[in-house]
Amino acid sequence: MTATAVPSRLSIPASFVNYQVDLAYDEMFVSPGMPRDHYRTLQQTLLKLAPEELRRSQQAADLAFLHEGITFTVYGSKEGTERIFPNDLLPRIITSAEWARIEKGLTQRVTALNLFLRDIYHEGRILSDKIVPRELIYSCKHFRREMRGINVPRDIYVSICGTDLVRLPDGQFAVLEDNLRVPSGVSYMLANRKVLKRVFPTLFRDYGVWPVDHYPRALLTTLKSLSPDHCAYQNDPTTVLLTPGVSNSAYFEHTFLAQQMGIELVEGRDLLAHNNIVYMRTTAGLRRVDVIYRRVDDDFLDPLCFRPDSILGVPGLFNAYRAGNVTLANAIGTGVADDKAVYAYVPEIIKYYLNEDAILPNVPTYLMANESHRKQVLGNLDQMVVKAVGESGGYGMLIGPHSTAQQRVEFKARIMADPRNYIAQPTLALSCAPCLIDGSVESRHIDLRPYILMGEKVTLVPGGLTRVALRKGSLVVNSSQGGGSKDTWVLREPESGAQLLEEVRKELGSVAPDLVRELPRENRTA
Amino acid sequence: MRPPRNFYVPAFQREAGMLSRVADSLYWMGRYLERAEHTARLVNVELNLWLDQSPELGAGRWRFLLEALRAPEVAGPVDPTQLVNTLVFSRRNASSIVSCIAGARENLRHVREQCSSRMWEQLNRLYLGVVDRQPEEEWFLKSHDFFLFVLEGAYLFHGVTDATMSHGEGWQFIQLGRYVERADTLTTLLETHFKRMTRTFDGTVEGADYLEWVGLLRGCAALEAYCKRHTAEIRPMRVAECLLLNPDFPHSIRFAVDRINAALNLIGDLTERRAKLPTRIAGRLRAQLSFSQIEEIMAESVPAYLQSIRNECAEIHAAIHGIYFDYSIDAELAS
Repeated sequence: MTATAVPSRLSIPASFVNYQVDLAYDEMFVSPGMPRDHYRTLQQTLLKLAPEELRRSQQAADLAFLHEGITFTVYGSKEGTERIFPNDLLPRIITSAEWARIEKGLTQRVTALNLFLRDIYHEGRILSDKIVPRELIYSCKHFRREMRGINVPRDIYVSICGTDLVRLPDGQFAVLEDNLRVPSGVSYMLANRKVLKRVFPTLFRDYGVWPVDHYPRALLTTLKSLSPDHCAYQNDPTTVLLTPGVSNSAYFEHTFLAQQMGIELVEGRDLLAHNNIVYMRTTAGLRRVDVIYRRVDDDFLDPLCFRPDSILGVPGLFNAYRAGNVTLANAIGTGVADDKAVYAYVPEIIKYYLNEDAILPNVPTYLMANESHRKQVLGNLDQMVVKAVGESGGYGMLIGPHSTAQQRVEFKARIMADPRNYIAQPTLALSCAPCLIDGSVESRHIDLRPYILMGEKVTLVPGGLTRVALRKGSLVVNSSQGGGSKDTWVLREPESGAQLLEEVRKELGSVAPDLVRELPRENRTA
Repeated sequence: MRPPRNFYVPAFQREAGMLSRVADSLYWMGRYLERAEHTARLVNVELNLWLDQSPELGAGRWRFLLEALRAPEVAGPVDPTQLVNTLVFSRRNASSIVSCIAGARENLRHVREQCSSRMWEQLNRLYLGVVDRQPEEEWFLKSHDFFLFVLEGAYLFHGVTDATMSHGEGWQFIQLGRYVERADTLTTLLETHFKRMTRTFDGTVEGADYLEWVGLLRGCAALEAYCKRHTAEIRPMRVAECLLLNPDFPHSIRFAVDRINAALNLIGDLTERRAKLPTRIAGRLRAQLSFSQIEEIMAESVPAYLQSIRNECAEIHAAIHGIYFDYSIDAELAS
């Protein structure tokens, strides 16, 4: 059941010829040819532009990404291959009402997940009360026994979180997965915005979009609010970003964030632990480190404690951490809460700790360890998406409707061999948004990853990374699997723009006029 | 040379010192880029002179060029196409222009958050403009635009660096690398030249020799500066004075050593390691150059004098490495 987006064949503008509205929720159109209110201006702008012009803008944007080196590294191909992360020029627009709900829902979720982590690494009340089965937690490969009984600053385990949201066919946002370990992609959110402001300046201004540029600042504030107690300058702890190094796929993001925050970007070999204190090696000798924003996985952090073959970590780091002399963000062992099987329990977790109903629903999830669930799923494998619980990045997945009989047989065997390791979800029709494909506008499936920061308070930058499945019909948005991204615009309330301007005026007006001296700028000798 | 830092005491001083690994990368970035610039200028001048000369004379010149750039020697007859490719494009030659630019970029890539975005963008642009080029036969006959692109790219990078990066410790390490490399490459070039031009250094030069001396000046971007000062009359003594001891001319050894000295003093202040070894060696070298007379040097042996400067440069490099980049952790923890 497909139809072109524009009603009459005669009036089809060149750029929309290939646009199709189908069963999934369409971000731009209510029905073919009828844009939603908040997309009308964008549509009108696009109608005025010739395909050639659109293509040129896209090329200019791609070149900007290449020159600025906004790239990611592709594993498994020629060594050190840098590729630009495909960017789609058309913005994804979210109304202020929709955003308000997302913001409330995510704040609730991350608050509850932090309480949950505190609980399972201490008393384990939720396990004794049999809300979450004990064996589910202890069998999770991201559960870190070493963390039992360790207190982390402010009891915050997850301070940086990137939750994946999808929009269901009824227009409601739902949570697809929580990324609580080392979520990435935020630099692309900022880069997309920078490029888009260059390409569509007037459109951007006329829309009244919340800025996102303060993210690095907010991240730094969050990190500093987690400084360990010993710290002589509680307000100015030495904060560093720990990267696995230049060959990591997200290396661009690490450099970008470190630069924007004005903190040192360190590798494991720059740090050393001595008497449970972490130092970095500088030209002026050794300097103590207080807070580490680590972009290295748990397994690789400390060869003495976790994987002994890791050369990315710092020997002795974990002991310094346990002694409370250094803060790691995120904490070790947060992966247990974004295990895809634990995910199924998050609504109950929210209810248990906050006594509230989840504002953002989960996607229906079947646990393969549960016998009745398993039977139901194995019978309908061609309609389900099956995922390994501990994987991310679109690896270890079976998408039923796009799979071959052979693949289904293989997955069935894998599920039977290790049911705890798999979950299944119905194949979702992710919502669609207009994308620029070779000069014309076509519809593609998208999701949304907002970034949540939790320190002294919870901060969400209005926006996020909208990921796009650039292959026609594809439902996989991961960058490693042919995905791209687009800028996400969260609209201000119509009156708030004027309000902001008024505030700025007031501030500027507070300088008394007789204090303003002007330096003469021209030579007036006649 | 040093600005009076004592007047300015920042209210919110961050702790001294930058990551050793970062300082190391910035230093090497400065060195590689300087070498790329130097090689581009020299090869360009050489190709230009080559057109003015008979084929037999030309073949001899190539060997000197290889020696002046300390490139691997070539056995048998020299094929210009192959030779230019070795000096310009070859990735096997770690000092070819493309290798140097790639090396500079790789170093900056490791410390991207330390430089301004514009710096990275400019170096990246330079790199993308020279990498993966497949030169055709006799490419070097129309290579002028290429060398211009490299030279302008390097100038632009340094301009952007000066304009957008804080002139703190990191900037000083870039300068340090740049001028250590300059002192070293200039010394090698002059040494080769003076070994070759064994005829008398008194009076003016004419004929074929004239082109050689002009070539040397142009290879140091110094011809115009020289003519402004001494007119187009080329006297070896004056050329030597200009390239060795002149404190104002940017491509003289004295100038480079002054800058090394200034950078080391500031780094010493910033890291509170003033009295350390590299500062001492550089200070000694600077004093030696500033109190030398060109007549004395010429009366003895110019190559020997240059050799001693090169040794000092190598010592400065080793001292920087041992004090700032790769010091003993145990000694540091004990102190």
